[in-house]
Amino acid sequence: MLDSTDSYVTDDGRTIGGVVMEMKNITLRFGGVVAIKDISFDIREGEIRAIIGPNGAGKSSMLNVISGFYVPQEGQVMFHGKPRPQMKPYEVAQQGIARTFQNIALFEGMTVLDNVMTGRLNKMSSGLFAQAIWRGKAEQEEIENREKAEKIIDFLEIQHIRKTPVARLPYGLKKRVELARALVSEPSILLLDEPMAGMNVEEKEDMSRFILDVNDEFGATIALIEHDMGVVMDLSDRVVVMDYGKKIGDGTPNDIRNNQAVIDAYLGVAHD
Amino acid sequence: MTQTSEGVNGLTSVPALLQRNAAEFGDKAAYREKELGIWQNWTWSEAADEIDALALGLLTLGAAEGDFIAIIGRNRPYLYWAMVAVQSVGAVPVPLYSDASAEEMAYVLDHCGARFVIAADQEQVDKVRDVQQDLSQFEQMIYLDPRGLRKYDHANLHQFSKVQDAGRAALSDLMPELNRRREALNYDSTCVMLYTSGTTGKPKGVVLSNRNIIETSRHSSEFDSLSAGEDILAYLPMAWVGDFIFSLGQAYWTGFCVNCPESVDTMMTDLREIGPTYYFAPPRVFETQLTTVMIRMEDASPMKKRMFDYFMAHAKKVGPAILDGETVSGMDKLKYKLGDLLVYGPLKNTLGFSRVRIGYTAGEAIGPEIFDFYRSLGINLKQLYGQTEASVFITQQPDGQVRSDTVGVPSPGVELKIAENGEVFYRSEGTFVEYYKNAESTADTKDPEGWVATGDAGFIEEGTGHLRIIDRAKDVANMSDGALFAPKYVENKLKFYPNILEAVVFGAERDRCTAFINIDLTAVGNWAERNNIAYASYQELAGHPRVLETIQEHVEAVNKSVAEDPMLSGCQVHRFLVLHKQLDADDGELTRTLKVRRKIIGEKFEDLVNALYDGSPEIYTETEVTYEDGRKGMISATLEIRDAAVVPVTASKIAAE
Repeated sequence: MLDSTDSYVTDDGRTIGGVVMEMKNITLRFGGVVAIKDISFDIREGEIRAIIGPNGAGKSSMLNVISGFYVPQEGQVMFHGKPRPQMKPYEVAQQGIARTFQNIALFEGMTVLDNVMTGRLNKMSSGLFAQAIWRGKAEQEEIENREKAEKIIDFLEIQHIRKTPVARLPYGLKKRVELARALVSEPSILLLDEPMAGMNVEEKEDMSRFILDVNDEFGATIALIEHDMGVVMDLSDRVVVMDYGKKIGDGTPNDIRNNQAVIDAYLGVAHD
Repeated sequence: MTQTSEGVNGLTSVPALLQRNAAEFGDKAAYREKELGIWQNWTWSEAADEIDALALGLLTLGAAEGDFIAIIGRNRPYLYWAMVAVQSVGAVPVPLYSDASAEEMAYVLDHCGARFVIAADQEQVDKVRDVQQDLSQFEQMIYLDPRGLRKYDHANLHQFSKVQDAGRAALSDLMPELNRRREALNYDSTCVMLYTSGTTGKPKGVVLSNRNIIETSRHSSEFDSLSAGEDILAYLPMAWVGDFIFSLGQAYWTGFCVNCPESVDTMMTDLREIGPTYYFAPPRVFETQLTTVMIRMEDASPMKKRMFDYFMAHAKKVGPAILDGETVSGMDKLKYKLGDLLVYGPLKNTLGFSRVRIGYTAGEAIGPEIFDFYRSLGINLKQLYGQTEASVFITQQPDGQVRSDTVGVPSPGVELKIAENGEVFYRSEGTFVEYYKNAESTADTKDPEGWVATGDAGFIEEGTGHLRIIDRAKDVANMSDGALFAPKYVENKLKFYPNILEAVVFGAERDRCTAFINIDLTAVGNWAERNNIAYASYQELAGHPRVLETIQEHVEAVNKSVAEDPMLSGCQVHRFLVLHKQLDADDGELTRTLKVRRKIIGEKFEDLVNALYDGSPEIYTETEVTYEDGRKGMISATLEIRDAAVVPVTASKIAAE
């Protein structure tokens, strides 16, 4: 077993560091419904960590716990070894956590570039007045932020839609724009909620490539929820499997593939 | 020979032209590329510095004189510099089509024995790595974009900028050697080797000397009085001879600026932003642009649409005449000016053609309507005829003598003759040196006196001296009743309809002609949307009864027009089908420059060809397709075969005359 501060090098040459975030016996209830029941797992620096499970398994709730949007009734979220207090969304973002949503949450009427630029809002310190007259610091910040945004646009190959309103884009591209907006805030942890949902095979392949590249180029730790088993197994370093709010498996894709509980949950099992 | 054949003022190589440009136009923009949303700019002297650094870097890696160095990627300033840097160290650049598969690349890399490869990005690096164990002479690779490549084994892999850094560090040690090699270059040293895509057989390496490139660039620049003030957009494949002449030969000869798009998908936006003054595009690009304009006009308000129709009708009437400098009435002139203000000007601006002084199209025949559309707007679009073996230019149209049905008069310095069988031959200073390692083909194509067979059949029009091309010489055949069969002639007529993207006509040694049709998804898709026709795929739309009806109307209209030509009236299309897939270069059905490979299509779809002739009303077929990532799959379809009405001709009477 690895210690929480150990690091190791993967087969493809990436360095995975110590634990950055740890879920300790998390239980989350909505009234009488138990969405998450006593789940513990950790996320290591630089890894791609997947959370999978059938519909209604509690995956999205788990991601919302990680992002700090839901506060579990029991258990603790440890961030860099310290218990994390209850936080407002902007405080979460300031800690370097960014996310995308299962149902795309972009500003539909704004262009791709403007949407991506909103991801930099947190990093702006010039005042409202300075921004309104666009002088001094505001101007300088805008230039810096635009450069950051353009680098991400280049990285995700969406130059051709830079000035296109998001509402006019097909689904696959909107997903990519959302990823761009998350990336531009230079997150240390990136949470992806079903990044591949509703995509065709080609779009899935593109997205997988981008996720790997993001991890490789920016060194971002990635936690993702995904439905598509094939994609998860190819992408991730470690996988958590949930079913009916409980953790039924945790390990490398190979471990998961041979885990009987996981196979039963996915393929169904005859009850006698 | 004239003195210029030895080079003007000792300018006998591209690196020598670079040094002249750096001295003469030092502060003038030589290259621009849009990156991170901004047009980045390099002057001639900056470009010369970058090229020197890379050339020195190549020396540190051990590049030797006479080496072949492959360059793979889309149009980027860095890769153009790579070409000149390679020339500077006395090696030969071999640009490759960036969309070629790994196997296609393996053939070329092995044939030329490339020691080095300069690749644009991970995609190209991966392709070369896939095949490198079979390449005995391959040693090292240089890549441009480091993305995704950091974890690769760097034993024989180098980043472009690092190679340049190493070159700069070794400046004092290696500069004398670089200078020596540059000075050793002369008019007869090889400038570039380009592989022809070839509609048949394996690609051939066409060796072009500095004389070929520089003389051709000089003549053609003078023909159109190109100056250092021109701007061009470099977006056509770097492995294609046209791009080499326009973006390198002519750019270095005249010192004009080469602009590179941000990505393949942003080409139209970049075109609009740059507004080139000198522009080249194959007919297909002009067709697509026109289709886009027409589709958008359909959506315009009635008022705008009426204005557009009214002024376009006027432009059609007087536009070409005004462009050719003929006299038109004052009223017409005034109306055209008003039209320019309201319609033509804004339209040209949208298309990115506001500043175009000279535009060329070549490679395929262009539809007369398309050609006239652009000319009536006041865009000086002309045709030229050329091939790799001629360093492009064989004939071209002088200003004032532009027509859609000829390809112009012999370019300056080109001699032309027509053989007895109708094949066009030419001889010029641009005529290629040889096919690399293929003396047999060289001898077949070029005779000892330097005459080169084009492989095209044509004739010189009496009176005007313009060349007219009929078809590929080897495609021209006879039908079983002895009538002349020229498939290209019919295919072009079909392709002039916006709904038809591609057509392949069969009929050699047969009693009648039949055709495969590919619909144009943009045009037909838009029509389907307007008529509430739902479709899920190309295949479904291609098989829709109403689409087939429309295509049948087009085929029958073409038959009428073909019947008017007594020589070719036998080429009317009796039966046709609309193919269930688009013909694709990845499946080997088109060349990389998108020319139809007739023989391969005939063999691959043999079942369909047979069905066209055995009278069956429909045919079930399965076809292997190659996806973009190289994987293969099967698609199946049942295709309806339709009979088209033909105009009866009294063939025997014509034959008897």
